Amino acid sequence: MNFIIDYYNYWVVVFLMMAGFYTVIAANNLVKKIVGLNIFQTSVFILYISMGKVTGGSAPIVADGITVYSNPLPHVLILTAIVVGVATTAVGLAIVVRIKHAYGTVEENEFKDKDDLI
Amino acid sequence: MNLWSALDPSQLINLTILVPLIGAAAVVLLAKHPNWREAASITTAVILFTLVLAITEHTFNQVPMAVVWGSTLPNINIAFAVEPLGVLFALVASFLWIITTIYAIGYMRSHKERKQTRFFLCFALALSTVMAICFSANLLTLFIFYELLTLSTYPLVTHANTEAAKRGGRVYLGILLGTSVAFLLFAMVGTWVTAGTLDFTPGGVFNDTHSKGMVALLLVLFCYGIGKAALMPFHRWLPAAMVAPTPVSALLHAVAVVKAGVFSILKVVIYIFGIDNLGQIVTADLMLYIAAATVLLASCVAMTKDNLKARLAYSTVSQLSYIIVGALLATSVAAAGASLHIVTHAVGKITLFFCAGAIMVACHKKNISEMVGLGRQMPLTMIAFAIGAISIIGLPPMAGTWSKWYLVVGALEADKLIIVVVLTISSLLNVAYLLPLPIKAFFNRPGEKQPPWSWSEVNEAPLLILIALAVTTSACIALFFNPQPVIELINLIPGVSTEITR
Amino acid sequence: MFGQHFLILPVVLPLMAAPLCIIFSHRLFAWLLATLVSGLSFVISINLLLAALEQGVLSYAVGGWEAPWGIEVRLDAASAMVLSVVTGISTLVLIYAKASIETEIDTNQHTLFYTAHLLCLTGLSGILSTGDAFNLFVFLEISSLATYTLVSLASDKRCLTAAFRYLVMGTIGATFILIGVGMMYMQTGTLNMMDLAGRIAEIGGSRTLNTGLAFILVGVSIKLALFPLHMWLPPAYTHAPSAVSAFLASTATKVAVYVMVRFIFTIYGAEYVFHTMGMDLILLLLAIVAIFKCSFMAMAQSNVKTVLAYSSVAQIGYMILGISLASAAGLMAGLLHVFNHALMKGALFMAVGAVLYRTGSVDIKAFRGLGIKMPFTMAAFVIAGMSIVGVPLTAGFVSKWYLVTAALEQQNWLVAFLILLGSLLAVIYIFRIIETAYLKKPIESAANKDIKEAPLIMLIPMWILALANIYFGLDTSLSVAAAESASHWLAFSTLSEGGVQ
Repeated sequence: MNFIIDYYNYWVVVFLMMAGFYTVIAANNLVKKIVGLNIFQTSVFILYISMGKVTGGSAPIVADGITVYSNPLPHVLILTAIVVGVATTAVGLAIVVRIKHAYGTVEENEFKDKDDLI
Repeated sequence: MNLWSALDPSQLINLTILVPLIGAAAVVLLAKHPNWREAASITTAVILFTLVLAITEHTFNQVPMAVVWGSTLPNINIAFAVEPLGVLFALVASFLWIITTIYAIGYMRSHKERKQTRFFLCFALALSTVMAICFSANLLTLFIFYELLTLSTYPLVTHANTEAAKRGGRVYLGILLGTSVAFLLFAMVGTWVTAGTLDFTPGGVFNDTHSKGMVALLLVLFCYGIGKAALMPFHRWLPAAMVAPTPVSALLHAVAVVKAGVFSILKVVIYIFGIDNLGQIVTADLMLYIAAATVLLASCVAMTKDNLKARLAYSTVSQLSYIIVGALLATSVAAAGASLHIVTHAVGKITLFFCAGAIMVACHKKNISEMVGLGRQMPLTMIAFAIGAISIIGLPPMAGTWSKWYLVVGALEADKLIIVVVLTISSLLNVAYLLPLPIKAFFNRPGEKQPPWSWSEVNEAPLLILIALAVTTSACIALFFNPQPVIELINLIPGVSTEITR
Repeated sequence: MFGQHFLILPVVLPLMAAPLCIIFSHRLFAWLLATLVSGLSFVISINLLLAALEQGVLSYAVGGWEAPWGIEVRLDAASAMVLSVVTGISTLVLIYAKASIETEIDTNQHTLFYTAHLLCLTGLSGILSTGDAFNLFVFLEISSLATYTLVSLASDKRCLTAAFRYLVMGTIGATFILIGVGMMYMQTGTLNMMDLAGRIAEIGGSRTLNTGLAFILVGVSIKLALFPLHMWLPPAYTHAPSAVSAFLASTATKVAVYVMVRFIFTIYGAEYVFHTMGMDLILLLLAIVAIFKCSFMAMAQSNVKTVLAYSSVAQIGYMILGISLASAAGLMAGLLHVFNHALMKGALFMAVGAVLYRTGSVDIKAFRGLGIKMPFTMAAFVIAGMSIVGVPLTAGFVSKWYLVTAALEQQNWLVAFLILLGSLLAVIYIFRIIETAYLKKPIESAANKDIKEAPLIMLIPMWILALANIYFGLDTSLSVAAAESASHWLAFSTLSEGGVQ
């Protein structure tokens, strides 16, 4: 039981990751694929953020009487990763918009040519 | 005699490679003036031959000749050095180039072939690579120009640009590139990793410290990797390449390309493995028997072919394996026979191909069954064919006698009676598939079932073709009565000798 | 004046130039600026390569913050070599692109093309010069995002689905790398590559590190299109504008190979990855399957760009095969092939782009009779094709030679034989195209009559690459020395000459 409770943050990460991954693979709608991709990425953000937490540590601001801080570096890193994620989503959605213009659909099963399948 | 005595001997090597290239450039520049273009071809061929003669003279005088062009891979140079076997091959190739050029002019013009400039261009390029192969000082150089020879002759094979030519070209390129990349390159890297050198060294580069299994495997890889030697089952490219115009078949597929193959095998056997060490390699016997089987099988296949060029092609496959047999018998006499066979087979087979081309030009016939009675209309061509055939069979008074003689002596010396038997049977088979044509041509009357055309329209082939035929047939005869210069040259090859040791 | 700052210039210059292209939004200006910046980066990288060959490692602390706290820019022979290739090819492609994109990209998107190209170059240079694992991820994503845009710029609508597929796969790959880097950080508390290498060697392996390695290898394998994770590559290269295909085929996947080499050899150490984890066998098998499967796929295609795309996947197999031999010689052969393959594939895609420019099609049928109509383009194609096949005196032969030698040094006869057999398959798919171009009669139609040679501005970069194939086949001193020194620096302590025992 401890195995589950002690590592509950990882279980959340794993669940989110697999949910996102499944959506990317299984979704028929291209926008949903992008959503799945986002969930997939977010799970990794949580992995980073939760590993920066030090038990009993406070926010990493220098103040009197506090000796244990959480590690701020992963949080900073993840800010960058979030930016990357947002940019990816933007590019992905832009491509989806152009697909809609070009093909008239964003549903994968409605593409006529087999070559166009994603 | 020596026109080139003013030059540093080593520079002659560079010249032999460069002169055909310059000739090729001249051919392209003179594309608009066919007469001048042909003159350029012949001049180049003659200059090349005098160069090779000069090299021969230096070789007899034991003048060392070597050049290094630089290195592509660290520690391995592109380098050239003269040794007697290469000189022998260079002599044959450059001499027959002159004859073939004369012949080709007659053939191409009376046959009104297309794209003659490209034809003479590729011809000259091929000769340049052949010269480089002759004088290569290490395996890498040999390999590079071996590949370039394949590529430069590909346009010649597909010259007709028909569906058949394309198919022939595919087989040609597929087998030759395939074997050389898959086996020869592999064998070369194997030699490099094992022995640490690729230089052709008298006596071989392997010694007792090298693993026996490795060396045995390398021998097999070399024999099959040099696909131009047409050892069965990688012989298919030779018949396939017969779609080329006859002068191409004559020079490239009776002389330059196939001889480059067997020459490479001889060179590898003599200078990489060493004739003396060959006996200790377990696979040498295996490859020997495969070559012997090729001799017989190819002769049998040749008998079934009605197309004259196809029959000659299979005859070539069979004759090439004579040379491989000679190389693998691992005695000095057999190796001498093999070297001599390069020369005698070249003059014999080129005569036969010239005849095939002459018939082609004169009456557009490809099949032997259609040539019955042709001897009355084309007596000179048919006599030449008979002389060439007798030389290939190995009967006096033709050149082929000597090479077969030394091969048989070599086989006896190596205690390989079965090889003697194979050589004898094969000679009988040669009789069976080569002589019927002249016999039928002279002694049979044209049958009733001939197609509706009349023999009286057929004349002897053009003069240029007949001149070429006359030269090669006289060479066949001359080499019987005076083989001494060639034999002296062969005796200079380290480890090879016509002296019987036992 | 710049002194040490030179190191960062190949990253900064294109990054600064990219917005300028958009702001001024003038086609000719954008082209000139992009070419100039890329050329300048190339000159700098060549100088850096020479310096790296001399000094070993060049290091620069960004913003004056020393490693491991600050971000370190770090170039050794390996990265400088790939950097020179990337910037060099980029310059040639940009020159070529001016004409090429006229027919393939909407006129008002030309400046966007140059912007995206420069951003992609920024990302690739960044990956090559950074000494920080997380930074590497960020640059990887900068280049990838620019790449997705570039692919989707073509006027053929199929490029959109190809770009989308590429985006989904690429993002998953990048996220995997991110997870892997996170795990490494969890275990070691550092992101600087040198620091990581030291601490991983101290720890000597744990479950976290192993999982991190697995994630990173899978992620990078997606980015470099290692079989069976290559599914995004053929459609992307087929439908992207030719200039983009030429650039990506010769740089993007190469940089991904570099990333793999960096993670395996510098950070984790070859001993750990190959010996403890047994990755060599997995990579070797995948590489061999890639060579054969994708060469067969290449034979069956009728679209010549798809042929070249599958051929790329097969050739990547050779690079990975070299790496998986786990010896200094193998690594060197792999790196050498990275360099040589960039030359050949760049020239091939450029030649095909020129055909597309003149005939409007890249189907193999469009190549009929082009040997006469576009002699220079097809001659360049033949030279580069010979190089792929590995004919002597071309760059391809040199890589093949070293690969086979590396395999035979370990007595790995089967692998050596398979390498050569694989190159025979290349003979088939390349000669199919050459035969069509030279021996098949062109289809007679009004549109076909006035096909002429490609414009000079396309021919020049194409021929520079084609001749480079011959030059580096004849004179191997530079490429071999660079690859040798690179493999030496990557594998400094972890590999002996004969490989991991």
